Amino acid sequence: MKRDKISNSNLKGWLYLLPAVLFLGVFMVYPLVDVLVYSFEEGYNSASQTYFGIGSYNYAYVLRDPYFLQALKNTFLLVIITVPLSTGIALLISLGLNSVKPFRDLFQTIYFLPYVTNTLAVGMVFMILFKKTAYSDGLINLLIRCFGGEGVDFIDGPYWAKMFVLCIYTIWVVMPFKILILTSALAAVDQQYYNAAKVDGTSKFRTFARITLPMISPMIFYLIITGFIGAFKAYSDVVALFGTNLNAAGMNTIVGYVYDMLYGDSGGYPSYASAAAILLFAIVFTITCINLLISKRKVHY
Amino acid sequence: MMVEKVSKQENTTDYQKIETAARRRKKTAAVITYILLSAWAVIVLFPFYWMVLTSVKSYSAYNAEYIPRFFTLSPTMQNYVEAFTAVPLGRYLLNTLIFTLVTTFVMLVVITLAAFAFARLEFRGKNVMFVFFLSMMMIPNELAVITNFMTVTNLDMRNSFAGLILPSVMSVFYVYLLKENFEQIPDSLYYAAKVDGTSDLRYLLRVMIPISKPTLVTITILKVIECWNSYVWPRLITDDPDYFLVSNGIQEIRENGFGRENIPAMMAAVVVISVPLILLFLVFHKKIMEGVSRGGTKG
Repeated sequence: MKRDKISNSNLKGWLYLLPAVLFLGVFMVYPLVDVLVYSFEEGYNSASQTYFGIGSYNYAYVLRDPYFLQALKNTFLLVIITVPLSTGIALLISLGLNSVKPFRDLFQTIYFLPYVTNTLAVGMVFMILFKKTAYSDGLINLLIRCFGGEGVDFIDGPYWAKMFVLCIYTIWVVMPFKILILTSALAAVDQQYYNAAKVDGTSKFRTFARITLPMISPMIFYLIITGFIGAFKAYSDVVALFGTNLNAAGMNTIVGYVYDMLYGDSGGYPSYASAAAILLFAIVFTITCINLLISKRKVHY
Repeated sequence: MMVEKVSKQENTTDYQKIETAARRRKKTAAVITYILLSAWAVIVLFPFYWMVLTSVKSYSAYNAEYIPRFFTLSPTMQNYVEAFTAVPLGRYLLNTLIFTLVTTFVMLVVITLAAFAFARLEFRGKNVMFVFFLSMMMIPNELAVITNFMTVTNLDMRNSFAGLILPSVMSVFYVYLLKENFEQIPDSLYYAAKVDGTSDLRYLLRVMIPISKPTLVTITILKVIECWNSYVWPRLITDDPDYFLVSNGIQEIRENGFGRENIPAMMAAVVVISVPLILLFLVFHKKIMEGVSRGGTKG
């Protein structure tokens, strides 16, 4: 009797869980196994679904492919430039927000707006602001001219200019999340610490370095990790600025390389795509682990 | 007497001087802070202003401006007409709406059942399954996309709503969020309902869902935003414009639509695509920001 009841409730639990398990199984777990298998199958033919053998050729191919190396370089540059910059600026803005009272909610709401907008749509606005066309040099170039600089086409011009506009747009896109997290972290610091510091006549900078920074360091660290992961997976903001043919623009990213291998004019190579995706995962995983190791020593919890 | 008066006055001015100086320094700091905050607000808002402004400039006026003007005296709606007639923007919007509503609805059903099982029911393997769910949160979507692409292609579901929706449904993080919320509902309610002979499903529908409504609303909004903006999966799985979502639509418009360089019409399309989410944000901004700070990330 009792046994019946237990197996009955077992069944019920699994029944409630079944839809979620099915979705996860078919679209997450099976693909994970499969992508690993794909990446080691040499000479896979998607039409006949056959392959020659098992080995690491796909990885060797991807690692020698100049397009992949270019994508790797672009992605690393993007990560190294945007993650520290955006975190730093977000910290400055959050400190500013935290120190004022009137209009704080208004500013906070405005700052969050880019989070809900379509990356591709707004990216197109950035494109027309930075692009040089036959009719006009674009607003940004005119501004640069005003300050005595030399105009440059940021969308079809030299590599550094394209990288510059990509970094600007990426920072613009990731800022809302960082500002939100940091302002709530700052608001959560116990006011008593500040009062004690004030009584002791501690300088503003010292208060910041000795109280604020340690108290919010877990959140800064969280933002750095999510920032790294997000920037390594950059793709749709790059498409928004430079179009879908990223290899031709020399602005491809690792994720873009994976999708180009899979689909489109240069597509049809799921094995190479799989190998590149696994490499991406390995890079992200390694960097997250390094970050965790560093944080163990530096972050106060 | 004269001297005394003067020195007294000097004393008070000294004290006042220190105070006014301190006040002035505070004021200057506040002014500088506000200037910096406003500067960032301008940087955030300017692209939106520029997109609306460009969308109401006429084609000829826009192309005649070598130096772009910051305002226009003759706004026109022509670009919006163009956006809906020259390219199937209405179709893209409708597709996105269907995709967003169905995906979000199916997800809500699936995650509510799963969260209920984890929070309320007892069954063998529950803890193992929960750890498994948590570990799935760490897996980047990019790894699954390749096989899903092959699966959907082999099942002949390219260019179909089923192919678009099914792989986009599951969000493990929301199962976790909802489970945490369900667990805060006191056990006594459940036992009282059991004594009354209420079934588990009825208890879920009548008690747990109404109590957890705020969290469910937050999850719904976040999923709607995610669906509305999704680009990569729809791009891989559709090449028939009849099934394009707005993100693909806008990319298509940029590369092939409107003939050569009709930027005002393109911006009109961009405005039309952005407005629904901006409205949603203006209404629910507290909920959205609260939801995101509880652990959402972009992408």
